[in-house]
Amino acid sequence: MTNQQNTPLLKEGLAKMLKGGVIMDVVDAKQAKIAEEAGAVAVMALERVPSDIRKDGGVARMSDPKMIKEIIEAVSIPVMAKVRIGHFVEAQILEAIGVDYIDESEVLTPADEQFHVDKTKFAVPFVCGATDLGEALRRVNEGASMIRTKGEAGTGNVVEAVRHLRMIKEQIAELKKGNLKAKAKEYRVPVELLQYVVDSGRLPVVTFVAGGIATPADAALMMQMGAEGVFVGSGIFKSEHPEKMAKAVVEATMHYDNPAKLAEISNGLGDAMASLDMKEVDVKLSERGW
Amino acid sequence: MKVGVLALQGDFAEHKEALEKSGFDVCLVRNIVDLVSVKGLVIPGGESTTISKLLKKSGLDKAIVERINKGMSVWGTCAGAILLADDVKSKKPIDTLEVLDIGIERNAYGSQLDSFQTELELDGKKFEVAFIRAPKITKIGKDIKTLISYNDNPVMVRLGNILVTTFHPELIPGTYFYDWLREHIFYG
Repeated sequence: MTNQQNTPLLKEGLAKMLKGGVIMDVVDAKQAKIAEEAGAVAVMALERVPSDIRKDGGVARMSDPKMIKEIIEAVSIPVMAKVRIGHFVEAQILEAIGVDYIDESEVLTPADEQFHVDKTKFAVPFVCGATDLGEALRRVNEGASMIRTKGEAGTGNVVEAVRHLRMIKEQIAELKKGNLKAKAKEYRVPVELLQYVVDSGRLPVVTFVAGGIATPADAALMMQMGAEGVFVGSGIFKSEHPEKMAKAVVEATMHYDNPAKLAEISNGLGDAMASLDMKEVDVKLSERGW
Repeated sequence: MKVGVLALQGDFAEHKEALEKSGFDVCLVRNIVDLVSVKGLVIPGGESTTISKLLKKSGLDKAIVERINKGMSVWGTCAGAILLADDVKSKKPIDTLEVLDIGIERNAYGSQLDSFQTELELDGKKFEVAFIRAPKITKIGKDIKTLISYNDNPVMVRLGNILVTTFHPELIPGTYFYDWLREHIFYG
């Protein structure tokens, strides 16, 4: 056989290598090195972490390629970067730079109200956000190779991440009882995709959580609920001691089911990031996308 | 033979499943106690810096080296290959178990866009594998045997009870590689 590249197996395969790990938001090469040193499995390169995007308002776009390239140069771990929902040209640019994964992200301001990026057209793999099973499967059907639950980014509040992950689990369980054809119509996805979910009891691709994870205990909570890994955005570099917090979240994600270890890991980390109750959140980022 | 899969980070679940499909008795190894009961160990793919840190923190690094020195069979793939090597080229220095005299360059084929699937030949039979952000073995010490090369680079090498591959057989269905493992590495 001749060599094959950019196949679904390879795209989904990289996500499998990241399982059990923490992917950290970084805004420059210096932070990227701190994240790698702490044991992050990948970094997400972006200009502003979600809590700052929230504060600043305005349109949030893909980061400057120069900064993304500097981060790629600085670390050996995979580098991801974000594009706006539906902005396929930003995605083409990131693919040209050679990022390892693209996050089509609701944290940035959506560029298209009708269509997400057709990810099957790209060589580079995509991760996409989802709040429920239908949304996750629509993204997979568009070619996403990895899913992350959305949570509510930049809040330091884990409640939405918990809700989204539980929702997906409950809907997978319900699927076994229901009429797949009707569900396929409701979710706007092929029935074969639903059949796969019923047979395997899980989403077809690796599923991480994101949005509001601020402490080692938050990361462990999500892992105990069945997440396969964790994205931490503002939670690391907006905390009082980023190096300590980064290491602690990595360890907690591995030792998620060991309370004695978690107690040790959580000791004396200083303040977590500044946080918001959901009532104080004026723009719900998780409602972007469909 | 009861085979353990190091389960600190990475695609350990896929390794466990592939080994079980080939009839191995498999358990996950997350701490020193788990290690005691296994006769062979798989160090899976994942991120080598992450696994390296967790190995050190858990004390598993020393325990695994001790077992390997006493003859435990071990197979490291991709990140696992890096963790067994004693000389790693990486942007960031990385602590490894240093049990095999090979030089290895991390992520040497390029970015994810350079990852590929191909067919390799082992003992006269072909099987399919995936190279995902794979490392390259750049030098091998004396007595180490190259079992498979790809474009003149060793991708599967062995010294006694230590086997190293830079590719992933576990992501692609098929039991040929695992049958080989049972015969040559995880036997008895």
